[in-house]
Amino acid sequence: MTSGGIGRSVSAWAALAFALFGGTAWANPEPNQLNMTKGAAEWSPYAMHMVALWVCVVIGIVVFGAMFIAMFRFRKSRGAVAEKWSHSTKLEVVWTVLPVIILIFLAHLATGGLTSFADTTKSEMTIKVTGFQWKWRYDYVDYKGKSVDQVGFMSKLEETSDRTRQLKSNLDPDKIKVDGYNTYLLDVDKPLVVPVGTKIRFVIVGGDVIHSWWVPALGWKMDAIPGIVNSAWTNIKEPGVYRGQCAELCGQDHGFMPIVVKAVPKAEFEQWLATQEDEAKIQKAAQTAQTVPAQAPQG
Amino acid sequence: MAHAATHDHDHHGAPKGFFQRWVMSTNHKDIGTLYLIFSLTMFFIGGAFAMVIRAELFKPGMQLVQPYFFNEMTTMHALVMIFGAIMPSFVGLANWMIPLMVGAPDMALPRMNNLSFWIMPFAFILLLSTLFMPGGGPAGGWTMYPPLSLQGESIAYTIFAVHLMGISSIMGAINIIATILNMRAPGMDLLKMPVFVWSWLITAFLLIAVMPVLAGAVTMLLTDKYFHTNFFNAAGGGDPVLFQHIFWFFGHPEVYIMILPAFGIISEIIPTFARKPIFGYRAMVFAIASIAFLSFIVWAHHMFAVGLPMGAEIFFMYATMLIAVPTGVKVFNWVSTMWGGSMTFETPMLFSIAFVILFTIGGFSGLMLALAPADFQYHDTYFVVAHFHYVLVTGAAFSIMAAAYYWLPKWSGNMYSETWGKIHFWSSVISVNVLFFPQHFLGLAGMPRRIPDYNVAFANFNMISSIGGFWFGASQLIFLGVVIHCVFFSKKKAADRSWEGAKGLEWTVPSPAPFHTFDVPPVIHDDELAHGNTEH
Repeated sequence: MTSGGIGRSVSAWAALAFALFGGTAWANPEPNQLNMTKGAAEWSPYAMHMVALWVCVVIGIVVFGAMFIAMFRFRKSRGAVAEKWSHSTKLEVVWTVLPVIILIFLAHLATGGLTSFADTTKSEMTIKVTGFQWKWRYDYVDYKGKSVDQVGFMSKLEETSDRTRQLKSNLDPDKIKVDGYNTYLLDVDKPLVVPVGTKIRFVIVGGDVIHSWWVPALGWKMDAIPGIVNSAWTNIKEPGVYRGQCAELCGQDHGFMPIVVKAVPKAEFEQWLATQEDEAKIQKAAQTAQTVPAQAPQG
Repeated sequence: MAHAATHDHDHHGAPKGFFQRWVMSTNHKDIGTLYLIFSLTMFFIGGAFAMVIRAELFKPGMQLVQPYFFNEMTTMHALVMIFGAIMPSFVGLANWMIPLMVGAPDMALPRMNNLSFWIMPFAFILLLSTLFMPGGGPAGGWTMYPPLSLQGESIAYTIFAVHLMGISSIMGAINIIATILNMRAPGMDLLKMPVFVWSWLITAFLLIAVMPVLAGAVTMLLTDKYFHTNFFNAAGGGDPVLFQHIFWFFGHPEVYIMILPAFGIISEIIPTFARKPIFGYRAMVFAIASIAFLSFIVWAHHMFAVGLPMGAEIFFMYATMLIAVPTGVKVFNWVSTMWGGSMTFETPMLFSIAFVILFTIGGFSGLMLALAPADFQYHDTYFVVAHFHYVLVTGAAFSIMAAAYYWLPKWSGNMYSETWGKIHFWSSVISVNVLFFPQHFLGLAGMPRRIPDYNVAFANFNMISSIGGFWFGASQLIFLGVVIHCVFFSKKKAADRSWEGAKGLEWTVPSPAPFHTFDVPPVIHDDELAHGNTEH
């Protein structure tokens, strides 16, 4: 245990048990979390994952069960005498055909999941995500059919985490908390703000090397590749703060470029977007005001 | 015999001089030994890198190494373990055992055999020397994805080392194919060969098919870096994803290059200790061949998250899922071989049983990873790390240890200490699960691969995993001790047929196997072969 000791650990396990059996959807990694998050978005591979997991568990019990029975019953020390047979066409046909049937069932489920994931049509807004060494850039492209004017910003690891993660900083990662939740290496200076209940299309590119944009609560990751525009979509159901990380090795600070998505109600988002647009306008005006006198003497 | 008499200058036994014997060797047994010693050395070097990784990940916060050095460790750990430990040890086993198993006096191309071994130490000196150079070793992952890998300054060294390893592998593969197809004793029909020989025949074809592809891919990296080509540079009209397609066209068959010989080993050991012929010999051979074929059409399952078109994702998902069928056949057949047998549990059998169970767990996570929508979550997380360590450590590495215990009596003429072998086994099998099982949870909870530091939520399982890692690493020192004791100090002499239920030509020659065997082709009696009567 890092610190905090056994008491915290016990409460964490209790929270886990509640999460496992109480059916709470995890938005962010919990201490001692065992399973995949159900996610907070319309599309989620959680059900697919659970079906596959249980199929594997059942087959595992049958196969390993047979092995352990064999190891118990057919021991030389129990006087077992080896039989001579080494072939059975009937059995071999059964254990070739049965897996095929199970696989067809799984393939059917997975194909459905892929088809719905690939359909980025009818999205109500577009956000461009660009991966850089080692931060993300978000540009709002359009919202409800209207193009967004100049709203875009960089999003990088917030400062406390950044100081703490330096080699031999002697700072305690346990102390970095937001709302009682540890956000060490999972918090940014400026989160991506999105509306809930809206189908959002992400276009994802790489600015220098390949990165991968991954928020587990959204159910997918997508590589950010220089020269290629990838797309993916989400529709977040509940307001909340959803955290993720870069998932493709991108150099020395690959572990230090988190992603934070803040999902807010539509009205709040529209207000936020309007403020951002205004700020962008003011900034642009200030920039032109600055650059004009600078250029004047030359002209 | 007249033939042998005229050539008997060659039949006096091993040369006396150390240099003559080991550096200039053309003897398949000595070269096999060299390969095995080399791969064990690399296993400990690669293991030392893994210890650095697990030590840094012991708790949150950066305590020991800089992130860049951490990336060098993950990259080098993979390159050393794959190309230095697993692959050469299988080649070593092939060198030792294939001529003995098919009744051949030596490998078909003995001088090339010498060359293909002696390239390896140079390749790895080159690769490892980068760690001591300004700018450090390769840190872009063993997959060397551009553009990242091109940012490293040591990429030319890595590429040249990979070229050398590839040349060595291709020569080894040619030698193995030539030996198996041309040098079998009369009566050793293809469908009477040991499954280990079959698995290597198929593996050798895979090697010849894909090592040149890897060489091509890394050469394009080299020219992109130093000669201004733009194969993978988007700004120059190239495509970074192209590299991934080429790399994994090599990479996926490579995965099976590291597991098919393991299937062969397990298929020899289980019948021996179950005292019952292998169940479904032909199905076993056919399953290996089908897996080898499928390995060429599944490569893009490593790339589900790069944004492939949906049709491609569906194709590669279905093809990948198909692999579960022949792999399942193998597992069911091993279990059926045990069923109705008369089993004893010496160390090679223990490792083989652990292989079947733990490799199957790796296969289960493999099936889950094959499902593209779920892979959008699993991809590049610790779930993947757990998956491939289950198939490569408890799969490939365990099978190599099983093989070492199984054939050590034949190689050295001495029995190893069964007590210490069992201590090694139990210590390894428990610690390896402590090491890798919690990594499934970490991945599912959202911890990406190849990160030097992590959120506090991941702390407990990382600590457990690290403890398992140190324990597993230390357990391998027991293995080293058992091997050294067996070869140099053991008083217990091995019988020619070292195991009661062992069948096959290798057990008809004395223990230790003399420097030259089968000068005259043996007369084959089908009953003496492990798989002599396959029609039943």
